Amino acid sequence: MPEAVAHAGETLPAWSLPKGEVDRIALSMEWPERVTREWAWGGSQGEGVRVCILDSGVEGGHPLVGELESAVSITVGEGDETIVTEDELGDVSGHGTACAGIVRSLAPGCSLSSVRVLGQGFKGSGNILLAGLRHAVEEGYDLVNMSLSTTKKPFAAILHELADSAYFRRTVLVASAHNMPVESYPWKFSSVISVGSHEEPDPLTFFYNPSPPVEFFGRGVNVEVAWAGGRTVSVSGNSFATPHLTGICALILAKHPELTPFQLKNVLYLTASNVGRGE
Amino acid sequence: MTEERDLRAAVASGVVGSAESFQALLGAIVQVARAIFGAKASSILLLDEETDELVFEAVVGEGEESLLGMRFPAGHGIAGWVLATRTPLVIEDVRKDPRFAADVAEGTGYVPSGLMAAPLLHDEEILGVLEVLDRPENARFSLQEMDLLGLFANQAAIAVDLLLRARRAERILEGEGDLGVVARLASAVSALEEERREAGMRLLHDLAGTLGARTGP
Repeated sequence: MPEAVAHAGETLPAWSLPKGEVDRIALSMEWPERVTREWAWGGSQGEGVRVCILDSGVEGGHPLVGELESAVSITVGEGDETIVTEDELGDVSGHGTACAGIVRSLAPGCSLSSVRVLGQGFKGSGNILLAGLRHAVEEGYDLVNMSLSTTKKPFAAILHELADSAYFRRTVLVASAHNMPVESYPWKFSSVISVGSHEEPDPLTFFYNPSPPVEFFGRGVNVEVAWAGGRTVSVSGNSFATPHLTGICALILAKHPELTPFQLKNVLYLTASNVGRGE
Repeated sequence: MTEERDLRAAVASGVVGSAESFQALLGAIVQVARAIFGAKASSILLLDEETDELVFEAVVGEGEESLLGMRFPAGHGIAGWVLATRTPLVIEDVRKDPRFAADVAEGTGYVPSGLMAAPLLHDEEILGVLEVLDRPENARFSLQEMDLLGLFANQAAIAVDLLLRARRAERILEGEGDLGVVARLASAVSALEEERREAGMRLLHDLAGTLGARTGP
């Protein structure tokens, strides 16, 4: 560990690498010469990976979702304080349940949690989204599925800060790109994994986009999903491409828990259907 | 939007009757959307921020008579999700579940089996939601249609913005707010016959000069 110590007695992060300390940052794993899907997630069920669905709530116990690790609802009090309560409402639209079901179908072993940021009415929904994301980052989830975005510019700076802080704390934000040509956040930030849709029917087909800001395309058209009320519906939209990538990330992180968000993005790139030939 | 800008909008658009024209434009947009997608119905819902409700502002097809003007809470259902997340959504009930799209079915008895919804975005603001209900059952959805839906939503958002401006301007003309008298003056002067209008304009210029306002070139 570095000698430098902060005033508060905390160990400083490694801002630099003095001579002779290269061993300190030795990587705990060797990457193969060619990264394949078999190496990346072969045999993985997503066991132990903690996934948060930041959305309209999730219907726990839905046959396609299973049990939840936790479900909370976010509200913002009169003094702008965040109020986190146990969510007893479930899913107010069905959308969060759909996202949770997609993640579960790809990574049946992962742990799913719901942070509900919708349903209190439209007013203040931007603040609630921020508070929900902050809560998810503080909870230290491995993955946060954000199949939503905001067009409010005043929120962009705080969202950006939160996205960066998540990135450095190894909480990976997987965020939907907007389906329409508008400015929205947080998917445009480079610290998140941004996802748009392709039309292929295979859930494990995903493409790397060499012309960002959208970085990956996942399955997002005519997807049969879980919906509130124990139902199943067919849906389309980037909202549903995003949990496909979240599920794939869960598979990778279960097999390689030491990966940083940067490395995870690299594995995604190397195993994308248009890069590693999907092998 | 400031009162000053409202006033400019009021005077510039001639105001009287313009809200009706923009409402007709919304009606035309949902008609075209319905025809292009071969859908059974299409509607535009506006957000009423004061009551936190969505209001059916234009409806064509199924539910045309009963839905217009109907309100429901903005935080729930599919339209509520689209509104809050500002993201389009396409959903089809493959199992023919009678509980599907409860927010649409509420109060009308019309339960669609498919629903496309896109946010009406103007600058940073969300104004409402465009919905297209029941595309042909055998037609699989494609990304091309998602783009088309977005284009319609953009067009509808512009029309909604114009409608809202016209309504605000009308309220000013009806005397709401201190600036109503100015708008009424402008309207009264422009309605005068030419000679009297010139005299009226001279009076207004003098008044503007007295108040220290610049009066054009």
